[in-house]
Amino acid sequence: MTGKTLYDKLWDSHLVHENDDGSCLIYIDRQLVHEVTSPQAFEGLRIAGRKVWRATANLATPDHNVPTTDRARGVAGIVDPIARLQVETLDQNCVDFAIPEFTMDDIRQGIVHVVSPEQGATLPGMTLVCGDSHTSTHGALGALAHGVGTSEVEHVLATQCLIQKKSKNMRVNVDGKIPFGVTAKDIVLAIIGKIGTAGGTGYAIEFAGSAIRELSIEGRMTVCNMTIEAGARAGMVAVDEKTIDYVKGRPFSPKGEDWDKAVAAWADLHSDDDAVFDCEVVLNAADIEPQVTWGTSPEMVAPISGSVPNPEREPDSVKRIGMERALEYIGLNADMLMTDIAIDKVFIGSCTNSRIEDLRAAAEVAKGRKVADSVALAMVVPGSGLVKAQAEKEGLDKVFTDAGFEWREPGCSMCLAMNADRLEPGERCASTSNRNFEGRQGQGGRTHLVSPQMAAAAAVAGHFVDVRTLASANSNDGEE
Amino acid sequence: MRAFSQHNGICMPLDRPNVDTDAIIPKQFLKSIKRSGFGVNLFDEWRYLDHGEPGQDVATRQINPDFVLNQPRYAGASVLLARDNFGCGSSREHAPWALEDYGFRSVIAPSFADIFYNNCFKNGLLPVVLDADVVEQLFKEAADAEGYALAIDLDAQSVTTPSGEKFDFTIDAFRKHCLLHGLDDIGLTLQHVDAIKAFEAKHRAGAPWLFS
Ligand code: SF4
Repeated sequence: MTGKTLYDKLWDSHLVHENDDGSCLIYIDRQLVHEVTSPQAFEGLRIAGRKVWRATANLATPDHNVPTTDRARGVAGIVDPIARLQVETLDQNCVDFAIPEFTMDDIRQGIVHVVSPEQGATLPGMTLVCGDSHTSTHGALGALAHGVGTSEVEHVLATQCLIQKKSKNMRVNVDGKIPFGVTAKDIVLAIIGKIGTAGGTGYAIEFAGSAIRELSIEGRMTVCNMTIEAGARAGMVAVDEKTIDYVKGRPFSPKGEDWDKAVAAWADLHSDDDAVFDCEVVLNAADIEPQVTWGTSPEMVAPISGSVPNPEREPDSVKRIGMERALEYIGLNADMLMTDIAIDKVFIGSCTNSRIEDLRAAAEVAKGRKVADSVALAMVVPGSGLVKAQAEKEGLDKVFTDAGFEWREPGCSMCLAMNADRLEPGERCASTSNRNFEGRQGQGGRTHLVSPQMAAAAAVAGHFVDVRTLASANSNDGEE
Repeated sequence: MRAFSQHNGICMPLDRPNVDTDAIIPKQFLKSIKRSGFGVNLFDEWRYLDHGEPGQDVATRQINPDFVLNQPRYAGASVLLARDNFGCGSSREHAPWALEDYGFRSVIAPSFADIFYNNCFKNGLLPVVLDADVVEQLFKEAADAEGYALAIDLDAQSVTTPSGEKFDFTIDAFRKHCLLHGLDDIGLTLQHVDAIKAFEAKHRAGAPWLFS
């Protein structure tokens, strides 16, 4: 018998029932709940007179719709009445169904995908879902995690299970030493650039190889976060020492005797040596440079030393038309240098890049420098209240505000612009988020996806710049 | 859930790959706590020239006459013909809700994003995957003939063009069964309540930390 992949193991250990046609009932250990995709699920339960199967398996927090400015008045301070009603509805549903929630005035509130790992509510070996496509983030801890729709949120609330069909196995191997100035974000953008936004459709992806091992857990979360942008619902990384160290001592993590048992169980959370993957992709970390997207899909990405591609050189006609349309929307000319692209706004945040490590990296670039006069707004939005507190303890807020960045309250913010944080038509943004779709950050807004370092560097320069050429200036502390 | 067995309707071609869920229903409409009423904002940013906000009277909006949905020949369309990777992006079920609320019963494309595909089935909307060259042919035919309609038969798993040409599609047996009968997934799963309880007891014994 051949060995199992990590995905096979996670799947098999949660299989409740298999139907004749191959559809399966999978047990879900944790569901994360936020205000946007849950109201209709709770309403569905009420209409059908159904109960929540296991309330404490859920953890809720509002994130998409919360303001990132003044929080003094709590929920009542949300100006938009429709958004306020949605957050109030979440609070009420959590009370009614006894679901644990970090409300807006709780320091633990933040983006679900930042909050859950931070609390130890995401653990290795778990199955975890959320009504949000970036749930793939949690796979970084050796969990099987993916986004679901609202009907499935309701299904998990009512039954603690999901009806699923098993995906195929893909492994993406990134080997070699990660070059200076290259981050997890650049690695995942390079992966998407290589396999395309539909390259992972139908697969569960395991990220492996020495470069992935070299990444911190935060970095692995950044990689897994964007799995969905490669078309795969779930991305994951095998458990190692770093995983165990990360999980240890967090509020929801196992304690005492349970901890030892858990660690022993987690030792098996890797693909067997003789496991067979349906598809394998290989990248060499040494070839990866800092990346910047130039179009309206995450696969439209180029290294900072490169230039905007020319559709005339694209032989595939469907692709060529897509490129032309993207360039028209994004307002760039073919063949221009990536470093010649000037920006209007900078957004450092989102579930991809708003953890403490991301803020440290951005602050290192911002330190002692100033946001360029041509940049209308540069904002930093921490992923959670605890990330914010930690950053303030380290003085990062001061570094950012001294440099001319705005320092905000935690939430999704300008990642999807459901609240007041958004681009105006035609504005161009260097963003650490995960989607550069048309209108994602505001109607007519133009998004370029980059790492936190590259976003900070662009803020300072007013255009994209190779952060590797800036890095040595850090000794200029205090210089104007 | 609304059942789907057969449907014959006007086909509207949407000639763009990678149509994401935010294009289908922009984020500002996700603030609603209801499941219905999203149809008037389907493809909002392409369909109207002004910016839309929830609760607006759409009669006062500026229509984009160039967008396919606003062309009189596609009035009452109920079959959407699309390109690769339709429904990519967020997991929002508001996307199928908006399509269904507008009046679409089926979407035909060479490929779909996974979560969107799955969400369709929960809402009586049938996603049909056909080969890229077949889809290409349908795009051409739909452009050439006004009133071009497609007949979709879920039971027979076929799409028939006005000239009688028939294309078969594949679909998961369980999903087909649920959609044909309009079955509620939760009700089906709760038939396995004993199996779930037995699994849970065993799981709790092996990994008690997941239950604390
Ligand atoms: S930060 Fe952005 S991508 Fe992440 S959950 Fe919020 S809206 Fe979604």
